[in-house]
Amino acid sequence: MYPAPFEYHRARSVDEALSLLSQYGEAAKLIAGGHSLLPMMKLRLATPAHVIDIRTIQGLQYIEDRGDYIAIGAGTPHAMIEQSELLRAKMPLLSQAAAVIGDPQIRNMGTIGGSLAHADPAADYPAAVLAAEAQLVATGESGERVIPVEEFFVDLFQTDLDEREILTEIRVPAISENTRCAYRKFPHPASRFAVVGCAAVVTMENNRCSDVRIAFTGVASTAFRDTGVEDALKAQPLTSQSIEKAAALAAENDELEIMEDHFATEDYRRHLAKVFARRTLNQIASAF
Amino acid sequence: MEIPIKVTVNGEVYEHRVEPRMLLVTFLREVLGLTGTHVGCDTSSCGACTILMDGKAVKSCTLLAVQADGAELLTMEGLARNGELHPIQEGFWREHGLQCGFCTPGMIMAAYQLLEENASPDEKEIRRALEGNYCRCTGYHNIVKSVQYAAKKINR
Ligand SMILES: Cc1cc2nc3c(=O)[nH]c(=O)nc-3n(C[C@H](O)[C@H](O)[C@H](O)COP(=O)(O)OP(=O)(O)OC[C@H]3O[C@@H](n4cnc5c(N)ncnc54)[C@H](O)[C@@H]3O)c2cc1C
Ligand code: FES
Ligand code: FES
Repeated sequence: MYPAPFEYHRARSVDEALSLLSQYGEAAKLIAGGHSLLPMMKLRLATPAHVIDIRTIQGLQYIEDRGDYIAIGAGTPHAMIEQSELLRAKMPLLSQAAAVIGDPQIRNMGTIGGSLAHADPAADYPAAVLAAEAQLVATGESGERVIPVEEFFVDLFQTDLDEREILTEIRVPAISENTRCAYRKFPHPASRFAVVGCAAVVTMENNRCSDVRIAFTGVASTAFRDTGVEDALKAQPLTSQSIEKAAALAAENDELEIMEDHFATEDYRRHLAKVFARRTLNQIASAF
Repeated sequence: MEIPIKVTVNGEVYEHRVEPRMLLVTFLREVLGLTGTHVGCDTSSCGACTILMDGKAVKSCTLLAVQADGAELLTMEGLARNGELHPIQEGFWREHGLQCGFCTPGMIMAAYQLLEENASPDEKEIRRALEGNYCRCTGYHNIVKSVQYAAKKINR
C-alpha cells in the first residue's frame, strides 16, 4: 500500500520546521515516528501534499531533570521513556505507560510528542500525562506557550495545538517520597491500543490519601480525569474496601459519553473502567 | 519528485533516487533486491518486515525510504558471515524454530536487538521482545527455544 504522492522535507531544526509549516499551511503534516501518520496515509485517510520530517532534529530527544519537574523532548521515542532511569526514579508513571504501548518495534519509532499531538482516544500516554498533571510546551513562530494538560485534549484526534505549532516538550512534576503511581490497561487483542487504560497517582499522609489523581483513556472521545473516584478516596485510608468503593464510581459521570464499537459496548467499557480502576489502585496500595 | 537518499545496508553504501512515498521495505526488496525482508500484513502488525535501523528493530513497512536517509540498516542478508550462519539463524535451524519460514526473518531481527541488549534473556523476556512478531504457523514454543539456543551459543 502506497500513500498518495507528496513532497518530503527534512527539517534540521524546530525553526526550520516552523517556517516550512507556515510556508505550506494546511497542505503540510509533520512526521515524527510516523507510526500513526503513515498507517493513515497508506489508507489515504491522510493525504498531505507536504510531509515535514522532525524525527532527526537534534535536541528534540531528551529526558532531563529540572529539579521540580522532568522535561521530556517531544521527539523522545517510547522505548527511551520506558527505559529511562531518571523517569523510573522520579516519575515512573510515564515509563509504566510507555512500556505497554504496542510492541518493541512500535516503541522504537513512536514518539511521545506524536502520540499526544495525534490524540487517539485509545492511546496510553494521554491518561498518564493527565494523572501526572503535566505541562506541554508548544512552540510557534512567535515563541513558546505552556499548555496545562487539562486544556490540551479537546476532542477525538483534536488538541489545543495550533496547526502551525510544534509540541516541543512535556514537563512532568517529580513525585514525592510518599507518592506512588501505576498504569494498567486492557489491551485490544489485535491492535494493542487501550480498550480501557487507567493511570493513577496517589499521595499518602498519615495513612490517608492526601492527593488522588485518576485518569482514563479508551473510555470516551478524549482521556479524562475521573473526579468521582478521586473524591471518594480523598482523606480515606487506601484499603481494599476503600478501593472497591471508589472504583465502583468509575465512569459514572452523567456528562461522560462512553465510546461504543464492535469490540466493546458502552456497558462493557464502563465495567472495564471500574475493574481497571480497582486493579490500578490495588497495585498502588501494594507499592506503599 | 524523486529525491536522493544514501543508506548503508549490511555494511554496503547505496545511493538511489526514490519517490518520497516509497516504503522502506519496497526499497529493500524491489530496488536493492534484498528479498530476505518479508511483507506480511503491510499494516505494522505482524513484524515480518522487521529490520534494524541504527541498531533498533523497526517495521520497514511503516517507514518511508526517505526517512532512512543517512541511516545504517541491517537485514537478514547481513547476518551470516563467510558462509557461516549467525547463532540466531543456527538456533532456528537446530531447534526447528520455523515451519513455513515466512515470519522467520522478522523474528530473527527482533531477537537480534534483544540479544544485543540482554545477552541472557529468560523466556518471559524473549516472549516480550517478540510481541510484535506473529507466526501464523504458531510455532512460538520452538522460536523461544531457538533464541535461547542463540543466547547460549553467543555467551559461550
Ligand atoms: C501496530 C501499532 C500498535 C500501536 N499500539 C499502540 C498502543 O498500544 N498504545 C498507544 O498509545 N499507541 C499505539 N500506537 C501508536 C504509536 O504509539 C504512535 O507511535 C504514536 O501514536 C504516534 O507517534 P509518532 O511519533 O509515530 O507520530 P506520527 O505518526 O509521526 O505523527 C502523528 C500525528 O502527530 C503529529 N505530530 C507528530 N509530532 C508532532 C509534534 N512534535 N508536534 C505537533 N504535531 C506532531 C503529526 O503531524 C501527525 O498528525 C500503535 C501504532 C501501531 C502502528
Ligand atoms: S509487514 Fe510490516 S508489520 Fe507486517
Ligand atoms: S513459520 Fe510460518 S509463519 Fe512462522
